[in-house]
Amino acid sequence: MKTVFESLMQLLGRKPSRPSGEQITPAAQVIHFEKKQRKLTAEELKAVHLAHAGHGNKWLKRRWTTLIIVNLLFVVSYYFDVQLLEGALTASRFVGFHMADLNSALQVMLAYKHVVLNLVIGTVTIFVLWFLLGGRTFCSWACPYHLLSEWAEKIHLWLVAKRIIKNHTFHRGVRTLFYIIFALLALLTGYTVFETISPTGIISRALIYGPGLALLWVAALLLFEIFVSRRAWCRYVCPIGITYGVVGLFSPVRVKFKLDGCHHEGDCRKACLVPHVLDVTIKGQAKDTEMPIGADCTRCGMCVDICPTGSLRFEIKGLSKLL
Amino acid sequence: MSKETKKVTHKPSAKRRQESRREFLRSAGLAAGILTVSMFGYYPVAQGISFRLRPPGAIKTPDDEQKFLASCIKCGQCVQVCPVEAIKLTDLDDGFGIGTPYIDPRAQACDFSCDGLQCVLACPTGALTHDLDYPADSRMGFARIDKPASCLAAQGKGFTGIARGAEFKGKLRYDEIDRWNPIALREHPYDLELCDLCVRQCPIEIRIAQCEAGTPPSNDPNQCPPQHAIKLEPIENSDGVQRMRPVILDGCVGCGVCEMICPVEPTVIVTDIDKVTTTVSPI
Repeated sequence: MKTVFESLMQLLGRKPSRPSGEQITPAAQVIHFEKKQRKLTAEELKAVHLAHAGHGNKWLKRRWTTLIIVNLLFVVSYYFDVQLLEGALTASRFVGFHMADLNSALQVMLAYKHVVLNLVIGTVTIFVLWFLLGGRTFCSWACPYHLLSEWAEKIHLWLVAKRIIKNHTFHRGVRTLFYIIFALLALLTGYTVFETISPTGIISRALIYGPGLALLWVAALLLFEIFVSRRAWCRYVCPIGITYGVVGLFSPVRVKFKLDGCHHEGDCRKACLVPHVLDVTIKGQAKDTEMPIGADCTRCGMCVDICPTGSLRFEIKGLSKLL
Repeated sequence: MSKETKKVTHKPSAKRRQESRREFLRSAGLAAGILTVSMFGYYPVAQGISFRLRPPGAIKTPDDEQKFLASCIKCGQCVQVCPVEAIKLTDLDDGFGIGTPYIDPRAQACDFSCDGLQCVLACPTGALTHDLDYPADSRMGFARIDKPASCLAAQGKGFTGIARGAEFKGKLRYDEIDRWNPIALREHPYDLELCDLCVRQCPIEIRIAQCEAGTPPSNDPNQCPPQHAIKLEPIENSDGVQRMRPVILDGCVGCGVCEMICPVEPTVIVTDIDKVTTTVSPI
């Protein structure tokens, strides 16, 4: 329960704290101690990386394929009128069964202050689906803006490496502020204010019903992410991330960190959209020999791909016990 | 010793404090920026720019769309089920109204060719209310004769050819040709001694005629509209030419088919969105 609370606070923007000595289990303390005793040489580390070379993007391929297929299903379904997945990401019907994006549904409920049965069915379905799949899994495996943002991020990182631009960070707590303000705006003004600027809804509709002016706003966001701040929308603004993050608090699907094999080089944190969730991989910070990664994690698998020692793996809670 | 440690720890902490102050200011700027941009969305709503002809069942009053904009989840499922593709989604220039369905009747009106109000059935949030069962129950708007002088019937003229020209892409369902598939207007030329297209193609009038012939739409007597929507009325004159003028009646639901079919440019008949039959002639 305490880890869940910590995971929630991290999601809302609190900086992860360094554990004190007594918070670390004896087993983990032994490993931390052993690591202090024996440092790997540069050659040994090189060998580890060499052994891992070429195994680098299994999850990335799976994820991009899934994301593109999910979004294409909407397009194909409408274009060929096959009624497989009707609607857009905000609300849809999968072979006739209602589904409603949790954040869009929340905005509508707050603005309209009245809920019809179909929306309840759609919301519960999507809640259960993303609870089972990991909450913010939605972000990295389904949201079309995430994919565009990943490409923008590559350009951004290249520009930073060339010292052409500098990355500017924001306080992560500002996303929680946005969440509260957009909820209040919906409640008080009676308009779904966030939907006006939500790139997720805009891109999804543009793909299905054709492009429009609204894509200029998406382009502006991407330019901001390229030239000013890495992954700014997903990291500091988007309330959808918080909604699904909360869904993922108790989710069985998550990434797990195993302390013993890790060399604490930090490649995973450099690749991560939400690096604060990987603070447990910093030397001396893991409280236990195995640590589940928090709810803000989008389960994108970049860290799993990049980890040269297999210390970060996907895990389905309870399944390993069953097998 | 203590002096040295102080020096070492002091410097980065001052720098870090400055960095965190800057980060705080940047974050405040980001919040202000994003919120300002999103509040621009109120402008088109306040100015009435986002006011449009909405699909049947839209929960709005003739002069207030707030409830409709609030309840619509902007998914476009109504767009997907419309057999004549009358429904389009609005863009960013509609502000808070972004992604909501509307109908541009001159380009493609709702001709109720689905009979069962598919868009209403598709709506997941009740923005198009299920309280509505039949086309005649809808209150989308109200037709108005905007340019009576240019009306062909009022000039005693007939109409021969394709109603809106060979380029026009709009569709209508012609029951006698194909009950299930609407066809393009350009594939259906007319030859009329006196132009009566607005009355002839009115979905309400077509239903009334079907009911009078004993064959109501979908064999459902409930589909029969209670009131006429439009009629041609003779114009008194002394030159011996038969002239008629269209008159909008209480049964008009504002579907816009008369506006779409009118062969005159610009159209003689338009669809007002700030009126419905109950506000035009209160019961």
